[in-house]
Amino acid sequence: MTVTEAPPAAPEAGPVVHKRPVRKRLVPYWLLLPGIVWLVVFFALPMIYQASTSVQTGSLEEGFRVTWHFQTYWDALHEYYPQFIRSLLYAGTATILCLLLGYPLSYLIAFKAGRWRNLVLILVIAPFFTSFLIRTLAWKTILADGGPVVGVLNTLHILDVTSWLGWTEGSRVLATPMAVVCGLTYNFLPFMILPLYTSLERIDGRLHEAAGDLYATPATTFRKVTFPLSMPGVVSGTLLTFIPAAGDYVNSELLGSTDTKMVGSVIQSQFLRVLDYPTAAALSFILMAIVLIMVTVYIRRAGTEDLV
Amino acid sequence: MLRNSTRWLRRHLVTIAGLITLAYLILPNIVVMVFSFNKPNGRFNITWQRFSLDAWKDPCGVADMCGSLNLSLEIAVWATIGSTVLGTMIAFALVRYRFRARGAINSLIFLPMAMPEVVMAASLLTLFLNMGAQLGFWTILIAHIMFCLSFVVTAVKARVMSMDPRLEEAARDLYASPVQTFLRVTLPIAAPGIAAGALLAFALSFDDFIITNFNAGSTVTFPMYVWGSAQRGTPVQINVIGTAMFIIAVLVVLGGQLISNRRKNSTQH
Repeated sequence: MTVTEAPPAAPEAGPVVHKRPVRKRLVPYWLLLPGIVWLVVFFALPMIYQASTSVQTGSLEEGFRVTWHFQTYWDALHEYYPQFIRSLLYAGTATILCLLLGYPLSYLIAFKAGRWRNLVLILVIAPFFTSFLIRTLAWKTILADGGPVVGVLNTLHILDVTSWLGWTEGSRVLATPMAVVCGLTYNFLPFMILPLYTSLERIDGRLHEAAGDLYATPATTFRKVTFPLSMPGVVSGTLLTFIPAAGDYVNSELLGSTDTKMVGSVIQSQFLRVLDYPTAAALSFILMAIVLIMVTVYIRRAGTEDLV
Repeated sequence: MLRNSTRWLRRHLVTIAGLITLAYLILPNIVVMVFSFNKPNGRFNITWQRFSLDAWKDPCGVADMCGSLNLSLEIAVWATIGSTVLGTMIAFALVRYRFRARGAINSLIFLPMAMPEVVMAASLLTLFLNMGAQLGFWTILIAHIMFCLSFVVTAVKARVMSMDPRLEEAARDLYASPVQTFLRVTLPIAAPGIAAGALLAFALSFDDFIITNFNAGSTVTFPMYVWGSAQRGTPVQINVIGTAMFIIAVLVVLGGQLISNRRKNSTQH
């Protein structure tokens, strides 16, 4: 994100440009050193350890040794591809829903809220501070069998349609894909709204007036002016929702059932319960590769490479 | 009549859709709040039984909950301090100086934010296992500083970028020493960015579950306590803590707004 770089100090200020002493030239490196060392040791190095773990064989009792056993990757993919597909499907659906739900609210805050703007922004940010696990558990109450939400959906015969589509089961929502997607959408919605709002807020309101003066309908103005100008927000918002949603296992564990398990659940149980470290590491690497590839392709397509 | 109402609906469509989203965002918080006054029948606080103030009178009445809350607060404070100091240093270096490896460093800072949490959590665990580290307070703290760092850098960078370097030049022209310039000019201007970064770090660390779950060993932080209670039975006190956190957050943000508004007004006059 190199938008506005500070210009170098104006050379015309002094007749002679002094060469900076060595001590001063080292300043940025001293500033960087502690933080970068931290990231190298606790972020980059672990990736290498994980790569080596994924090609090890052995058992917990005898110990693991690097045997370049790439078969693990194939086996993991073969056994857990439904969870991978499900993760991408759920995360993708949640991202689209976040965009559809988040855009009007961001638009509202940026252009229409007026003196209510700060209050609405606070209401978007404040839920962050109530532990997200507590809020996710609250969805259990909201979507409970026989609760008002399920009752309304039932009376409107919406559940018949969603059950036919395989999103819900009979007259219940909890423990179905719909509950998991609902939780994912809810949990990552602020990550969509904030970047969208930031990029909408930068749009000059006079552009809307100009479009109106040129006889553009509100819909055309939106399609040709507002939406294209909000693209940076759309791109970073979708990334900030899709990436964490694809690896999440909290929603699928708390709101779903064994039929809605996502790949995060598998990685977690392989690492912490089954203690099959090579498989767990391989699964985690496959997830990382899928996400990175999809993100790269998406950024290329969306055409805002300078974002990263 | 009908035409008027459809016109009204069309004009306010965005507002209505936005308010529906807002309701979707707030609904769980309201449920958490309402159910903090519930007297549940059994171990799970999921269906409404009857009104009671018991949980509010005795928020620490359940075993281990407040201990885990204290631990989470302690970790969040240290993680905030650590990541804010390291992140602010990196942000200043990246904005103010030109040097080799800038691109590589930018990617190293971007990557943790573009990685599914579970991948980072798992890889960090393989490192700790390989080193034979004792999982607990220190491994959690190390992990939290690691993932908060990038967010702090981004927040501080945004602020420092929009700073006018001429203000510092002016201070130097007025014979301020580098230390004086930094303390009296640079730091106050960068403060809102640093504060935003610190607040974000605190919230992220306090609320983190996935990375903590992998690297905590048998140590239990507050999110882990809530996770466990989802299986064992959820005490009403969890809702009390959740509600209190929500109210405190709103007050803190409102207070911050008030201060910045007053500053804005006083500089305008």
